[in-house]
Amino acid sequence: MSKITPEALKHLAKLARLELTEAELAMYATQLEIILDSVDKIREVAAGDVKPMSHAVGLTNVFREDVIRPSLDRAEVLSQAPATEANRFRVPRILNED
Amino acid sequence: MKILEAMEKFDPIIGLETHVELSTNSKMFCGCSTEFGAEPNTQVCPTCLGLPGSLPVPNKTAIESTFRIGLALNCQITEFSRFSRKNYFYPDMPKDFQTSQYDEPFCVNGYLDVLVPTDEGDKTFRVEIERVHLEEDTGKLTHSGGVTGRIHGADYSLVDYNRAGIALVEIVTKPVLGTGKYAGIVARAYVTELRDLLRSLAVSDVRMEEGSLRCDVNLSLHPKGASEWGKRTETKNVNSLRSVEKAVNSEIERQADVLTEGGKVTQETRHFHEDSGTSSSGRSKEEAEDYRYFPEPDLVPVIATSAWVNELKTDLPQAPSVERKRLAQEWGFSDEEMRDVVSMGATDLIAQTVAAGATAQAARKWWLGELARKATEAEKDLSSLGIEPKHISELEQLVVEGKLTDKLARQVLDGLINKEGTPSEIVQKRNLVVMSDDSSLLPAIRAAIEANPEVVAKVKTGKLQALGPILGAVMKETQGKADAGKVRSLVLKELAVEG
Ligand SMILES: [Zn+2]
Repeated sequence: MSKITPEALKHLAKLARLELTEAELAMYATQLEIILDSVDKIREVAAGDVKPMSHAVGLTNVFREDVIRPSLDRAEVLSQAPATEANRFRVPRILNED
Repeated sequence: MKILEAMEKFDPIIGLETHVELSTNSKMFCGCSTEFGAEPNTQVCPTCLGLPGSLPVPNKTAIESTFRIGLALNCQITEFSRFSRKNYFYPDMPKDFQTSQYDEPFCVNGYLDVLVPTDEGDKTFRVEIERVHLEEDTGKLTHSGGVTGRIHGADYSLVDYNRAGIALVEIVTKPVLGTGKYAGIVARAYVTELRDLLRSLAVSDVRMEEGSLRCDVNLSLHPKGASEWGKRTETKNVNSLRSVEKAVNSEIERQADVLTEGGKVTQETRHFHEDSGTSSSGRSKEEAEDYRYFPEPDLVPVIATSAWVNELKTDLPQAPSVERKRLAQEWGFSDEEMRDVVSMGATDLIAQTVAAGATAQAARKWWLGELARKATEAEKDLSSLGIEPKHISELEQLVVEGKLTDKLARQVLDGLINKEGTPSEIVQKRNLVVMSDDSSLLPAIRAAIEANPEVVAKVKTGKLQALGPILGAVMKETQGKADAGKVRSLVLKELAVEG
């Protein structure tokens, strides 16, 4: 049973900005199907009265007060970047989008 | 096709998505300052830069501001809500996702009523609110190289992350039907009303020119009477009140042309150009919208208890419409006068001018008269002219004291727009002093009398209303600096006529 079509996988790879060879696509298709099968097993167990869980801890309403804390030193921040210019991060040009 | 012609064949449906930057001290999920205009990348930390190992903690004030906006917009506050990850790769978000809300927004199902003048008199349109949710703003990109400074043809981009992570509220309307030819005016009135509401809540400084209030306009057309709606476009980058109206009208005209010529409207994002008042095609929707939202694992759910919500509710200020009624009464404005003030977005400007000492009528005269004209000329909103209300009050005072004529006052306004200083400083710098002493006025008066013998003859028979050409000539000669009352009495004295 094939849940992941080659088209769907190519689309996912594109969204994640990953360039995959045909061989890699085939490999990941197999792996993703195993993952989806595992998720389906959970669905078999979970009845309608069990709420989907998004967090492992039962906490709610964790906030901070609106107080300013010191930011990082700019020279240190920019020193981590592959390229900078005029105190900004320099990134490759962005194609076909605006 | 012009809008009225288009509206004979089609019905428009509009939708508005408004983004509001909250004026909290710190960002949404970290303690970085939100101060506008700081040096690039000086307000960043591991959390808003998305560095590994950093964890977000939500700003309580931002969440309460969102609830207050929802309450003021007559929304239900969602009891259980969560943040979601909106996944996309674009360098304006260093985390490669934006923390937003998806199927569990903080507020849903509200409305905002707006008053619009129509052919049948003032009419209230109810704009229904779909949702109000909280997210974070993105960084600012500057495109370098190429010729236009726009993204196409750019060689690379530069990123400033000071804005990334600032609390941003998105307010989304339901589709608004039945506005017909008033679609643009209703859209503008809605954004104006929303801006006044947000300002009264003191949750944002709502400056469209600085980007703290931004608007996207959705629009579709369908043939009159058709039950199926047309394909819609989303016009982004609409950054002034006047542009909201323009964006709606120009998109109605564009779509009407496409449909009339037998074409199909493409569902797409379009970009509005402030200078030309038109839009151009951006990326098409089908490809772009695949954000794979999922509940944000780093942030726990928010429970809006009724005690919490009620406390916020009791603290809400009066609705702008109620506050406006009070102001209109205090200022002695008629309903029509007040409506014009509101639609020009001048309520606060007038209030501040009055607070600085001017009378309400004088404040209205300047803002809705000469300044409105200058704003239209410059294709800007009144509030974007950059004129401080206290300067208008000072200007009015100079006129009242007889130190400025109306004509000189208009030159002072030019000076204010050019940021030449306070009115008194501009009067000095530009040498705009009223001429009222006899010796400086008489030469011009005598020349004008000499040049207009037939006027003189009429005036001497008692027709004082015939004086106009002589007074005009004197004003022209003195470049508008002459005190009009003084000129009149001097002319009559010269002609030996009783005033
Ligand atoms: Zn930060």
